[in-house]
Amino acid sequence: MNEVLLIYATALLLAWPLGRYMASIYSPAPDFSRRGCGAIENLVYRAIGVRPDVPMNWKQYGKALLKLHVIVAVTAFVIFMQQGRLPLNPDGIEGMSWDLALHTAASFITNTNQQHYSGQAQLSYFSQLIAIVSIQIVTPAAGLAVLAAILRTLFARQDERRMTSSGEISVGNFYADLVRTVTRLFIPLALITSLLLAWQGVPGTYQGAQFAHPIDSSAELSEQRIPAGPVAPMVAIKQLGTNGGGWYGPNSAVPLENPTPISNFIETVAIVLVPMASVFMAGYLTGRRRLALSILGVMLALSAATSGLAIWSENQPNAAFAGLAAEGPNLEGKEVRIGASATALWGAFTTQTSNGSVNGMLDSFNPLGGAATLMDMFVNATFGGVGVGLINYLLLLLLAVFLGSLMVGRSPELYGRALEAKEIKLVSIALLLQPLLILGLTALAVTLPGLAQNSNPGVHGLSQVLYEYASAFANNGSGFEGLGDNTVWWNVSCSVALILGRFIPILAPLAVAAHMAAKRAAPVTIGSLVIETPTFALLTLGVILMLSLLSFFPALVLGPLAEYLSLAG
Amino acid sequence: MKKPASTRLPAPIATAGTGWGHATRAAVVLMALCGGVYPLLAVSIGGVLFPHQSTGSLIERDGKIAGSHLVGQPFTSPRYFHGRPSAVNYDPFSVSGSNLAPSNPQLRARAQADAEAIVNEYGVTKDAIPVDLVAASGSGIDPHISPDAARLQIRRVAAARAIPEANVAALVEARIEPPVLGILGQARVNVLTLNLALDALP
Repeated sequence: MNEVLLIYATALLLAWPLGRYMASIYSPAPDFSRRGCGAIENLVYRAIGVRPDVPMNWKQYGKALLKLHVIVAVTAFVIFMQQGRLPLNPDGIEGMSWDLALHTAASFITNTNQQHYSGQAQLSYFSQLIAIVSIQIVTPAAGLAVLAAILRTLFARQDERRMTSSGEISVGNFYADLVRTVTRLFIPLALITSLLLAWQGVPGTYQGAQFAHPIDSSAELSEQRIPAGPVAPMVAIKQLGTNGGGWYGPNSAVPLENPTPISNFIETVAIVLVPMASVFMAGYLTGRRRLALSILGVMLALSAATSGLAIWSENQPNAAFAGLAAEGPNLEGKEVRIGASATALWGAFTTQTSNGSVNGMLDSFNPLGGAATLMDMFVNATFGGVGVGLINYLLLLLLAVFLGSLMVGRSPELYGRALEAKEIKLVSIALLLQPLLILGLTALAVTLPGLAQNSNPGVHGLSQVLYEYASAFANNGSGFEGLGDNTVWWNVSCSVALILGRFIPILAPLAVAAHMAAKRAAPVTIGSLVIETPTFALLTLGVILMLSLLSFFPALVLGPLAEYLSLAG
Repeated sequence: MKKPASTRLPAPIATAGTGWGHATRAAVVLMALCGGVYPLLAVSIGGVLFPHQSTGSLIERDGKIAGSHLVGQPFTSPRYFHGRPSAVNYDPFSVSGSNLAPSNPQLRARAQADAEAIVNEYGVTKDAIPVDLVAASGSGIDPHISPDAARLQIRRVAAARAIPEANVAALVEARIEPPVLGILGQARVNVLTLNLALDALP
């Protein structure tokens, strides 16, 4: 329990100053980091051929973002298929099949890192670094860039708005936001984290696997290949950038990826650090600190609820061991050095933030622990993915403004700007796509014979399928990993969920922000809805619970809740 | 298309940068910076500061690599302490957990077989079996067992090696790693290094 509290406290204490620093990255005022990184950034701008001070309207911003993602994804796809012929392949790994390469490219370009392969055996060092690690830095940077663009547009006061040369609302310059996030935030932060992890024992080398000779000859394992590689830099950014895709198949459960309780502490804090800091950043960047604090309060409440449920659940005995061992926590799929509570907390954090890394197998969690991780992904705004988590929250906040205003009989507005049918339609599309896609695809996969490939019988088999699509759409990437998911059906259907789940929920709010900023703000009066009060925070919490959980309640009942009741009976 | 950039002045570009050309150049630059420069820096500095850790915390014995501090090994001989059940027989290239759900009858069947083997081997009742000896690890190469799981095996190891139980017990107690600062992680014993220490006993 003390370990859990220490992790929460450390993350919050680090996120506060980090959020302040991040706000300075996106503010027009000069700051100290610009002096350090300015020269490198100018080189990058020149190589790309852009001027960072040219404002873009929301469509140009979105276009620049989409085109960059298309090029990077296609490049990664080609690298995955051709890795057998490319350099840096000491373990002689072959190219991927087209559908696995497609799914892997889609999964990484959407900041999801859902893996239908095992990295140590199916990716060369070249693929791991040039395709995977680079995307693990670029995609969270793109998420933060869009968040900054939305915040500076949606909450701009009348005199703070900037215009493009053709007189439209400017949301900023995509390349400036992206490059600064890479050079000033992620590379320095990941470098520090990587060195801390290297100190604790995470490997970092370009040599291939070493051969060890196990000491007990009667165990009939004559040779053990110890897979190493440049693991530490990848583990650092997969934790910090809500990526989640690790070097080894079972991720940070593997001692080479997470060697000690100290590395586990560092990696757990790193999961929530930037998503938490984004909320502080929003307060500093927009000057609306009370709003940021109330958002932080709601997120912390949601986080504590599901973390608490998961920790309680995993400290209960595994029903399969009843009468076969001393009473103890559920250690199936967990590591002795980490223990049940820290594994459950990681499981909760990784799904709250759409990170998707694991330090124990979620498939073997007790049913309610599994339910907690599913609920986190349905909400997907408890801190959430880097950048996109707060964007999701803002969508829910706009919906709460709309509903709250209607309930008290006022016309809906945000800081004096009317919230009208056009905006609410965009918000609704972005929000309703989630249950439609997840439940629709789950229904298809379990109905059509031969598609599901679930490895566990009964209701847990349904949970495995539901989890895979929820994880894909939430851009999470974790899984109930027993699922036989390297098939054409799974690779292609998940790719659809991945791409829609990434780009619609970030582009629709960007459009909404630009539409809102173009309106004249009416003076705020005593009759205006104040969104910085605890009452409004509670209303938002209510909207989140109703929308996210009620849509999925029937599925939760059929899956994990049914499993819980059947085991309890 | 685009004019070649002047060697001295940055080329003034009127557009905001939304073309495919910009995207392609940005992709090349960012993939090189983030996938090439960053890991190279991290690996180089890490390798200088922590040479032992950077290659996988390998353990040498008699001039050969005997294993890694961070990779468990399979043990079946009664002369050695045994680790946890592994879904992949401690093969680090196919690392995996069992991924069996608590409701899966296969999990119960596996645990039942393991528990009965332990009951026969050590003559204890089932409710005295530490749970980590029937639960498979997440990685399949967990190098540790709980202190209770090590204590359970002391008598068998001492008998197989014909040395006093107290010597083995002292070795085990000395090698228990407590939680860091008393709160991070769990008390544990590294099975491989414990067994290497056993072999080194006079």
